[in-house]
Amino acid sequence: MENEVKIKVENLNFFYSKTHVLKNISLDIYSNQVTAIIGPSGCGKSTFIRLLNRMNDLIPGARMKGQILLDGKDIYSPRTDVVELRRRVGMVFQKPNPFPKTVFENIAYGLTINGLKDRSFIRERVKQSLKKAAIYEEVQNRLNENALMLSGGQQQRICIARCIAVEPEVILFDEPCASLDPISTKKIEELILELKNDYTIVIVTHNMQQAARVSDFTAFLYLGELIEFGPTSKIFTVPEKKMTEQYLAGRFG
Amino acid sequence: MKKVHDKSPLLGRSMQGAETHGIKAKDISQGLGFLLLVLCIGITLLFLGSIIYFISIRGIRVISWEFITDVPRMAMTKGGIAPAIVGTIYLTLVSISFAFPLGLACAIYLTEYSPKSTAINIIRLSINNLAGVPSVVFGLFGFAVFVNAFGFGVSILSGGLTLGIMALPGIIATSQDAILAVPQSYREASLALGATHWDTIKRVVLPTALPGILTGVILNVGRVAGETAPILFTAATFYTRGFPHSIFSEVMALPYHIYALMTEGTHPDIQTQIAYGCALILLCLVLSVSAVAIVLRQRQRRMYGK
Repeated sequence: MENEVKIKVENLNFFYSKTHVLKNISLDIYSNQVTAIIGPSGCGKSTFIRLLNRMNDLIPGARMKGQILLDGKDIYSPRTDVVELRRRVGMVFQKPNPFPKTVFENIAYGLTINGLKDRSFIRERVKQSLKKAAIYEEVQNRLNENALMLSGGQQQRICIARCIAVEPEVILFDEPCASLDPISTKKIEELILELKNDYTIVIVTHNMQQAARVSDFTAFLYLGELIEFGPTSKIFTVPEKKMTEQYLAGRFG
Repeated sequence: MKKVHDKSPLLGRSMQGAETHGIKAKDISQGLGFLLLVLCIGITLLFLGSIIYFISIRGIRVISWEFITDVPRMAMTKGGIAPAIVGTIYLTLVSISFAFPLGLACAIYLTEYSPKSTAINIIRLSINNLAGVPSVVFGLFGFAVFVNAFGFGVSILSGGLTLGIMALPGIIATSQDAILAVPQSYREASLALGATHWDTIKRVVLPTALPGILTGVILNVGRVAGETAPILFTAATFYTRGFPHSIFSEVMALPYHIYALMTEGTHPDIQTQIAYGCALILLCLVLSVSAVAIVLRQRQRRMYGK
């Protein structure tokens, strides 16, 4: 499998006003691979993943140093179109957050804001996206129902379908199963493995077993530092750092 | 009963145990507290109920189909009050169409765009203070600005604008609350799909906040629709021959009509009865406007599946 670098993070530092949240992080995210970010609460996982599509731009008093390159282009350069970046780098959040609209409108949202008007094309794309997100069977007769009426696990897959509909290149998952039951979690994990054929995936997770199950690469963050990064198979069996080994053994965190 | 006065209430209580249900000091205190709350609610409801009762009893006598649909005749002692009803509705419509877009725009700016700074805090404070300005001062302002400076004269337009300004602070405040109540996660979801900030406001934030915003607009406009002082010098007149012709006509309006009936004219006893009729109609108008707001709020709750 050719491992092309999709996102290159170089000497990344991040501050919330005075707090140094991420310290000198450098790593490569490969295309069509699943990269998991693990680490204890407060280690900067979510902050890190939200930098990849500039969601932290919304936070007042935040500062960043270093570079993040998407296909070799600096996403923090003044010439970057943030709106276009976020279309290319989609995100699924910790808590399912469908809009209080119908299932159909949720999925079609990203298409219509990008100016698409062709109704039959939109309908087809909505259907495909729901199929890709493994939710079509369950909701095909409920497309005009409010998405908030669905279960939490279904809502999360609706959010994934909504993200897929705009055909991003990268999908960021920020603890997507944190509020879901084990069966829904299993479905999302299977889905992630399926999706990596078409997309580059980065997933933040609390759950080490989940990282081991779904990811090809794992990055272990601790107190804002990247302790270790490498193929998941290696990190989970023969970690180089003592700290990684201790964390994976559940001795702290 | 005497257990309550026991020197050691704790001991007394434990000794009573489950056998008897004696009255304990704690129970009495709780009972009294509860009674007090019920009493306060009762008093409040009593006022509300008696307002509706007395106005209805006295107003219902003069109300007839003619009273609602006819123009006043015989120096206000006969005929109806239709021009005043229509006038109040016109004034309300003008004030809504002015205050709704303006207030909503202010609320959107203040919640979604304004940077956190001292200047913005002063703006917020000023808007809140605007709500505390006495209504007669709004009336004088409207007279100076709309009637004279802008040359609109004593008219529906001047009165509607004055009422609109009076409703603005309330509309801005409730709209801000409604916009802030939209979960941040909706905004993030929209932005993460490649929507612009403006798309996000237009397509996600406002539709979600709309029932709350409309409720606020309706309640605030309903509140000012019953005001007398702001239209005293800007719009209202005691008597017009018929219905207003344009937004530059002066109008009869229910609140002012009541005031005029009670203070002017030559047949005080008949006029007083008609005033009660007007009051009942005004009350019904304002209450039905509030009812619309309640229905909207219910629909909003249902939308979130609550």
